Amino acid sequence: MTVSTAPAPIATGPTRNRPVKLKVDRVSKTFLLRGERGEPPSPFTVLREMSFDVREGEIVSLVGESGCGKTTLLRIIQGLNRLDRGTILVDGHAVSGPGRDRGFVFQQASLLPWRTAAENIEFGLELQGVPKAARHEKARSLLHLVGLEGAANKYPHQLSGGMQQRVGLARAFAIEPAILLMDEPFSALDAQTREVLQRELLRIQAETRMTILFVTHDLDEAIYLSDRIVALGAHPGRVREIIDVPFPKPRQDLPILRSEPEFTRIRKKTAEIIRNARSPEPAAGQEKTP
Amino acid sequence: MTTVAEPHRAQPDDDATDPQLEAIGPVVEKDRAALIRTISIVVVLGLWEVLGRQVNPLLLSYPSKILQALWSMMLSGEIFQAILESGKTLLLGFLLATVIGVALGLLIGRYRSVEAATDWLVNALYATPLVAIVPLVTLWFGLGFSAKLFIVCIIAVFPILINTASGVRNVSSSFIDVGRAFAATERETFVKIIMPAALPYVMTGLRLGIGRCIIGMVVAEFYTAVGGLGALIMKYGNQYDTAAMFVPILTLALIGVLLTALVRRAELYFAPWKAN
Repeated sequence: MTVSTAPAPIATGPTRNRPVKLKVDRVSKTFLLRGERGEPPSPFTVLREMSFDVREGEIVSLVGESGCGKTTLLRIIQGLNRLDRGTILVDGHAVSGPGRDRGFVFQQASLLPWRTAAENIEFGLELQGVPKAARHEKARSLLHLVGLEGAANKYPHQLSGGMQQRVGLARAFAIEPAILLMDEPFSALDAQTREVLQRELLRIQAETRMTILFVTHDLDEAIYLSDRIVALGAHPGRVREIIDVPFPKPRQDLPILRSEPEFTRIRKKTAEIIRNARSPEPAAGQEKTP
Repeated sequence: MTTVAEPHRAQPDDDATDPQLEAIGPVVEKDRAALIRTISIVVVLGLWEVLGRQVNPLLLSYPSKILQALWSMMLSGEIFQAILESGKTLLLGFLLATVIGVALGLLIGRYRSVEAATDWLVNALYATPLVAIVPLVTLWFGLGFSAKLFIVCIIAVFPILINTASGVRNVSSSFIDVGRAFAATERETFVKIIMPAALPYVMTGLRLGIGRCIIGMVVAEFYTAVGGLGALIMKYGNQYDTAAMFVPILTLALIGVLLTALVRRAELYFAPWKAN
């Protein structure tokens, strides 16, 4: 089998000199689809030779149409799914399973309903054996960070969708990960709440300098939040292009940013890349890259 | 720019529903229901009192006579002794069934191999009317307390076990993912995710179990006849004292209602997020 070497992503943009936090190096993943009615199972390539870096303090977005494997990739990085080939390095260390160097924010907040907001935030710390007093202190300061001071003792079903996602964010922050992985965290929210939370995320990121890998299918969201955008092609998922977003941070609000010609240009370009990437899948098993 | 009017969806961020406001409708409704229920109880008791007097007292008694019988049984202390005796069997049997049912249910729900090893037996025993084995149990354990305990326990253990196992199997994969994302060990996943997530199912199992406990207890007391409310029913039945026979019967009904309500309360307490 020939292993085609994917072109190494060229470091550009204002963050290019920062150390690499996450390195995704030629990651491939194939599922076996169960054959229908006695047919043999067929391999289905979800990710092919994916490579990109996320550098310290950056927000990088993965965008692509459904089927490009962006969520699968994020789950592989977190260690929720296995990869077939390639390596993933966090702070230079290869990762093979779930670890506390990565924090995960789920699409649905996925809070544990039997725990209060504060107890949900403390979940990861509890597993690390952090003493109670220190856990409470941490939960309190994180509730403050995400703007939920009054909700410490509320249960998830007493919180709105936006508030739940704030708790989900604080829960991931609590374990002080090297990188935060966010899987379309705002996609289930209504437009207004989503805009508020996007702004909040930028504020929190500016305060904490957290490194974030963000999955979304919303291009406006990707441009507004990211330093760089990784545009993915679908069937099989692969990196098409990495796009720099030149707007300085702190950024203007999204409605203002939208009216910038540069914003429109990036949006159009990204959309085209993603759309062109929708090439039909070559016959299963074929390994040639176009 | 035109805004497209979307069908109104809950937007929890801006229009959080005020429970105070929402409560007004249901409260009025609730009062009405309570009133109707009270009237229904009075009417039925009244009819029973009137009609019961017309019937042969061997076949049916009536409320005021039953109250008299209750009073004399309270004076002699007979009814309290029976409640105590039955209560002992009931609570101990239920406790035992809970411990065994929850423990086995957790294992069966979580581990495929344990399930494969035991599901045929569990299903067979659950389907068997266990009253059928009572004579066998009296052969094994005699007519004493341990026989009663065994019957109550085995009859209650299956709904508890089966509900616990299905609770474990139904734990949402997103909760399991949360555990894995935070690198929880198997033991931590079990204790901090699976057990609390399965708790509402366990409580449902306990509610079904407590009802079956009472059935098991009465059946056991019919056969073993060492005491308790079941034995009291047999005793007055044999004496053709129908009014006195109704006292333990109604006591059993009361115990059943109270215990079920108690478990329901516990359900709400332990799983408040399932309440709505």
